[in-house]
Amino acid sequence: MLQALSLGAVLYGLWLLLSGHFEPLLLGLGLASTIVVVLIARRMDLIDREGHPIHLSWRFLLYIPWLLWEIVKANIDIARVIVRPRMAIDPSVLRLKGTQKSELGHVIYANSITLTPGTVTIGLEEGVLSVHALTREAAEGLIRGDMDRRVTAVEGAADGRGEHGA
Amino acid sequence: MALLADIASWACLIAGSLFALIGAVGIVRLPDVFARMHGAGIVDTLGMGLILAGLMIHEGFTMVTVKLVLIVVFIFFASPTTTHALARAALNGGLKPLVDGKNAPSAEPGERTGGPSKT
Repeated sequence: MLQALSLGAVLYGLWLLLSGHFEPLLLGLGLASTIVVVLIARRMDLIDREGHPIHLSWRFLLYIPWLLWEIVKANIDIARVIVRPRMAIDPSVLRLKGTQKSELGHVIYANSITLTPGTVTIGLEEGVLSVHALTREAAEGLIRGDMDRRVTAVEGAADGRGEHGA
Repeated sequence: MALLADIASWACLIAGSLFALIGAVGIVRLPDVFARMHGAGIVDTLGMGLILAGLMIHEGFTMVTVKLVLIVVFIFFASPTTTHALARAALNGGLKPLVDGKNAPSAEPGERTGGPSKT
């Protein structure tokens, strides 16, 4: 139920932002279509902890700025590697164990790795990630496991709780 | 104030274009499919981000900026997915990542294949 309400709020907010109309009639029509969409999503069984993970929202919001800064640093490193006349690349394939408990956590970790230039996740099976790293520094950064720890912290204590709501 | 905003906006646009260009050069210069994906990664993180940030500064606090922010959010969710799909397709098509000029053997968890860490 909590997830359905939150999905409705997000959808209505998105509708307001995209439409930019604030007349009562249009607001009502927007609300009506939001409700219909939430009902359909519920009937299709799309509203669950994985599809709409409100249980990690605020921790996730703290993670985003750190991830963005990592992406900027990695971008500059890789751009520097590419523009050098003799590219100092050293491609390697790593196998990493993600310490997250849920599949959602593993996916957040894998996607964070892919978003960071210099490392791309090419496989994820039962918590073991295959990562293609372009440079030695990028590979060593991942082996240090900073990002892994932070994603696990995002998942955090919220994972211990059982299913609730819709 | 308007002048400052203009300068910041153009700085972001030019820096973003520069990163997009470097990413494109990377796609051409890097040796194999898997390495080239890193070049594409530059284009759709910092290249895209800086160009859209420049446009946001140009627009100020308007509805257009809200939509630009949404574009950034959606690209940040979609780009790793497409990169991953590309990597899977390459692997399934029988391509192996180049490691030290050779194709990589499979490694155990926690191990690293190729590169200077081998003793």
